[in-house]
Amino acid sequence: MEENNSNQIIITVTGKDKVGIVSAVSKCLAKNQVNIEDIKQTIMQDNFVMIMLCNIEKMIVSFKEFKEDLLNLGEELGMEIWVQKKDIFDKMHTI
Amino acid sequence: MSDFNQKQILETIRMIKIHHLDIRTTTLSLSLRDCMSQDTKKTAVKIYDKIIKYAKNFVSLANEIENEYSIPIINKRIALTPISLVGESCDNCDYVYIAKMIDKAANEVGVDFVGGFSAIVDKGFTNGDLRFFEQIPEALAYTKKLCSSVNLGTSKAGVNMDGVLKTADVIKKTAILTKDLDSIGAAKFVCFCNAVTDNPFMAGAFCGVNEAECALNIGVSGPGVVSSAIYDLSPEADFGEVSNLIKKMAFKITVAGELIGRKLAKKMNIPFGVIDLSLAPTPLRGDSVAEIFKAMGLEQAGAHGTTMALAMLNDAVKKGGIMASSYVGGLSGAFIPVSEDAGMIEAAEIGSLTIDKLEAMTSVCSVGLDMIAIPGDTPNSTIAGMIADEMAIGMINKKTTAVRIIPVIGKNVGDKAEFGGLLGYAPIMKVNPYSSLDFVKRGGRVPAPIHSMNN
Repeated sequence: MEENNSNQIIITVTGKDKVGIVSAVSKCLAKNQVNIEDIKQTIMQDNFVMIMLCNIEKMIVSFKEFKEDLLNLGEELGMEIWVQKKDIFDKMHTI
Repeated sequence: MSDFNQKQILETIRMIKIHHLDIRTTTLSLSLRDCMSQDTKKTAVKIYDKIIKYAKNFVSLANEIENEYSIPIINKRIALTPISLVGESCDNCDYVYIAKMIDKAANEVGVDFVGGFSAIVDKGFTNGDLRFFEQIPEALAYTKKLCSSVNLGTSKAGVNMDGVLKTADVIKKTAILTKDLDSIGAAKFVCFCNAVTDNPFMAGAFCGVNEAECALNIGVSGPGVVSSAIYDLSPEADFGEVSNLIKKMAFKITVAGELIGRKLAKKMNIPFGVIDLSLAPTPLRGDSVAEIFKAMGLEQAGAHGTTMALAMLNDAVKKGGIMASSYVGGLSGAFIPVSEDAGMIEAAEIGSLTIDKLEAMTSVCSVGLDMIAIPGDTPNSTIAGMIADEMAIGMINKKTTAVRIIPVIGKNVGDKAEFGGLLGYAPIMKVNPYSSLDFVKRGGRVPAPIHSMNN
């Protein structure tokens, strides 16, 4: 269970809405063999907000390389991207 | 099956990005009790080798964890067994040589600071302690990353007033030796009453003799998280609500810190020690304890009511932290350093915050008089008087108190001292001009206080 949990990450993408964000991010995940388990996406005050729950169990690169890849993509798209292990959120907000 | 809450994720990111939630320090506590010998050089080499052995991957592993969680780990530090004890069995111990070797090891492994150039003298001095005290100023002047601390009193033993006087001399000598850098050496030295043995924060971190071979202690911070949450409350919210909110924020910050600490300890293959939740400010705007007072409704830090605001803050932080982790330790509470806090600097500059008010605040904060710049020509006996007052507050109230004060050589009230980095800058504050000399030179030991009939 813990092992499974430690492979889960949260990717948060925010910024100005435009065509192709989901596609570009998904492509990057597929390239690195990162599986998407859930997506929530909304527009908040004209801002695009997407949160993805992903699993990196079968990822073919290191966490560092993968994160750099995504952050670079964020820069290309003009979007802010955060990549974090999921357990931090589980711990911080539940007793 | 998935469960994640968008609001919580965005709140966490906001805490990190806007309100400066960070892991202020990961501190490797390392026992040097096996490094003693009869020869200074041999002891120094043993210490050097042990630091390298335990800390060689420390910084890279901490960076890895930082990357995985996107929570900044600001400092990586090491806390050692008090060097006065480790060097005592050396013939004519050259503590300055040991200090230089520790600094060299610190540079080699890439940590930001090493604490533990320390002595525990609350009941009196050994011959080794006396020799050690004489060498503290040079050790601080000739090293960059070394921090030094001394414990001068406890609620159980009273206060070593000879030690208080000697400590004032150490502070002044250190200030003189580092006068070209605004006496920064004195910023790397702190004296305590009731020092704690697992504190991860500098300058006072050391590995107490009761501590295990090694452990990883974590210091988390985030005054900005607390102030912004209070600002979001209605101005009519009563103190019960404010306290509850602080507890909740303290809980969240502590949990994040413990998670990161445990992950890093596991990677380093050493035990996790304690989490110290201290609202430690930095000179960055918004990362300020003074800002919390403003959020609570005071116009400036130092206004009447500040001591109550701090008392409530300190208590609520401890309560929230203790709920979050079974291993809360160190100092845990709110720090009130002047130079490291933009809001405190502002309050001192406009005259709202004085040394006298700061002293009152230390009776309810988590530590004491911290990072206060005073005129360089302040007499040693006046510095000793200030230390004595602070030790009295700690001894009687059974709490940790400390003095980290910098007599800035060549500067006076109206000038500023620049320390740089996390240490910030400070206006030179006015001290009481009347003499404490005949009082402090009496020496001896102030007897331990009575622990009943409390009123």
